[in-house]
Amino acid sequence: MGIPDFTLDNQPKAQKKLSLISFSGDFDKLVATFTLATGAAAVGYEVNIFFTFWGLNAIKEKQGRAFVGKGFLPKLFGFFMGGLRSAPVSRLNFLGLSPKIFRYLMRKKNVATLEELVETAKVLEINMYACEMAMHILGLEKSDFIHEVKGVLGVATFLDLSEGGRTIFI
Amino acid sequence: MATYQIDITREHCPMTFVKTKIQLSKLQSGDVLEVLLTEGEPLENVPKSSREQGFNVLEVSHVKGLVHKVLIQK
Repeated sequence: MGIPDFTLDNQPKAQKKLSLISFSGDFDKLVATFTLATGAAAVGYEVNIFFTFWGLNAIKEKQGRAFVGKGFLPKLFGFFMGGLRSAPVSRLNFLGLSPKIFRYLMRKKNVATLEELVETAKVLEINMYACEMAMHILGLEKSDFIHEVKGVLGVATFLDLSEGGRTIFI
Repeated sequence: MATYQIDITREHCPMTFVKTKIQLSKLQSGDVLEVLLTEGEPLENVPKSSREQGFNVLEVSHVKGLVHKVLIQK
């Protein structure tokens, strides 16, 4: 399945709104997050995703294991957590074998992979935000994330952005 | 006014909606998109969400088996 490589134009004004809090950082829960996000955006919703704690791993610029973060402990932690390609599944991870099996099955069954869903989220111009507090703990900066991340937020701003729509915690 | 075609019969959620949306976004006003899709979620929701987004659903017709055709005008 190919990844769309163009931008959208003439998008109608979004009437409905979905805001997702991406907390877990697990492969399967990220698939759920990005499936909901892209599906909702495709049927006309305004979509916000607020990445916090483990969820921040999904939007790191470096998708594999890398010493990302400021300071010794954050760097070490950042390495063991890794990025999108290192995300473990929440059950039966088998030391990282299961995500590889899932990726294989998704490709074989013509279902969008996690990476394709993330690329689609960018094309659909889904609003992605990073949690300021979790970034501070993990020694991360906005430049450590993919450039599609629109901003760094706290709770109050997220509540403002999500007001009037549905909010889901994953 | 031109007519374009997209076949999403082999796609699964959410790519059924995503591919339709992206294809529609590339069209000029007045162009028509012919979407081939299967029964169930795509048939129920592609015409519905297209209408909700301000597109004109001209026709929904059965092709064969589980496959249906939806004509959407931008």
